[in-house]
Amino acid sequence: MSIRVLRGGLQDTVQDLGRNEYAHLGISSSGAADAFSLRIANLLVGNPEDAAGIEVTLVGGKYKFTADAFISLSGSEFQADLNGVNFPFYKGKYVQKDEILTIGPTQDGARCYLAARGGIDVPDLLSAKTTHVVSGLGGYKGRSLQKKDAVSIGDLNKVTQVIDIKVKLDKKCDIIRINRGIQSKWFDDNSWNSFTDNTYSVSESSSRMGIRLSGDSIRSSRGHEIITEGIPLGAIQIPGGGQPIISFVEHQTTGGYPKIANVITSDLCKVGQLKPGDHIQFKSVSLEEAETLKFEQEAFIKSLKNNHA
Amino acid sequence: MVKFGDDISEDLHRQVFSFSNQLLRQSFNGINNVHPGYNSVLVTFDKNISCDPVLEKVQQFWSEFQEQKQEKYNTVEIPVLYGAKYGPDLERVCEYTGLSSGEVIKRHTAGNYLVYFIGFSPGFPYIGGMDETLATPRLDTPRKIVPLGSVAVANNQTGIYPIESPGGWNLIGRTPLPIFNINNPENSLVNIGDKLHFRSITQDEFDQMKGK
Repeated sequence: MSIRVLRGGLQDTVQDLGRNEYAHLGISSSGAADAFSLRIANLLVGNPEDAAGIEVTLVGGKYKFTADAFISLSGSEFQADLNGVNFPFYKGKYVQKDEILTIGPTQDGARCYLAARGGIDVPDLLSAKTTHVVSGLGGYKGRSLQKKDAVSIGDLNKVTQVIDIKVKLDKKCDIIRINRGIQSKWFDDNSWNSFTDNTYSVSESSSRMGIRLSGDSIRSSRGHEIITEGIPLGAIQIPGGGQPIISFVEHQTTGGYPKIANVITSDLCKVGQLKPGDHIQFKSVSLEEAETLKFEQEAFIKSLKNNHA
Repeated sequence: MVKFGDDISEDLHRQVFSFSNQLLRQSFNGINNVHPGYNSVLVTFDKNISCDPVLEKVQQFWSEFQEQKQEKYNTVEIPVLYGAKYGPDLERVCEYTGLSSGEVIKRHTAGNYLVYFIGFSPGFPYIGGMDETLATPRLDTPRKIVPLGSVAVANNQTGIYPIESPGGWNLIGRTPLPIFNINNPENSLVNIGDKLHFRSITQDEFDQMKGK
């Protein structure tokens, strides 16, 4: 059973929740840019939340099912139809053999997720199915899906009951909450205030590796080069040009620019929905608040598992 | 992040190397990744656990940590075709250092190098031991694509790009050899703790090695 790509989207990639434990070899986790939405897409079709799905970016493609399947869409709402009939988001739906799902442009944020009961099946690379696009590794041949590709739907035996979403999800991503970064002291109060008071726009050259921002330049009194050290997901680096870069899912594992701040874990999914031209503002929160928000998000996903359809 | 010091030295490298190796072997529940650097090790953890118990575990590990003696350094030779289309920033390095291209190559191949850690992108070795007179700052705006095998300089560091990726280093040449094995990354040509030598080769040698 597979999904045949009749027309590829702008960047359709196979993604799961990432490839951990290889950062010491320079391999960042990758995984869904909006992991929260992929997890929900999986739960909607009764998959384990870490199954692989297809991440669709800005504009989707045309996909034909070679057999009956049970699928869902989540994340940002894109134009979508099944054989010409509107296809709903956030709902598990049966599709029949030879039916064609067309995903158009986004009407919302950057990415949506297509999950299918049984999970998307590609060969594992280092125990994960995620595509690391920048490096051309993993997923379906290390790249975005193209016309004539056929992506298998797996046969996960851990399929559970399908869930239903009964609440409205908050999908606003104009405020990104942060903690102070490991080199935040390199920036004086004026620079820090300018960083948190001003609005930044998301640049065209953003990718899964890093979200490049443009706005007021941020200057460090101690320069913009540090002795190279580890970079966590969500670290906000300030290179010599003074324009912030949010290290994202395919980030470099180490780097030499000072890190002014770090996006809190619960807001990483919002970063995954930023698209070129979007405007964002950073809001500083305490470590305790960041942890509370992270656990609230996990508790929310857990609560969904009881909302049987 | 565990800090061992503030500068770059072989002594700090040995501590970073054995600390990160021991931590990796230990594989604590909840630890996602271990990122060794020149003088630090970053540890990241799972979203399902809170920060405090991880900090406690790492601190306990730190206090019990005994630096293990490095048994053996492997020596690896890296052939490089310097300059021209493979080293578009060789001229920038010459301008910044005031050296001729021949002198830059001579000093770059003369060095005894050590792989301090693998980081940045898959399989990218951070190599120390470069002649300090070659030091040149990173590009202000990183390139979006740096070709596989590029040999580069940034400040007093030199490096080799194991896969095509973005990067902000000055490119001075290229090696025809694959230095990283993604399917079995623990078994690559270049690894943390290796001693490296660069050797200048001609276009013919490059083509011959590349053809193999």
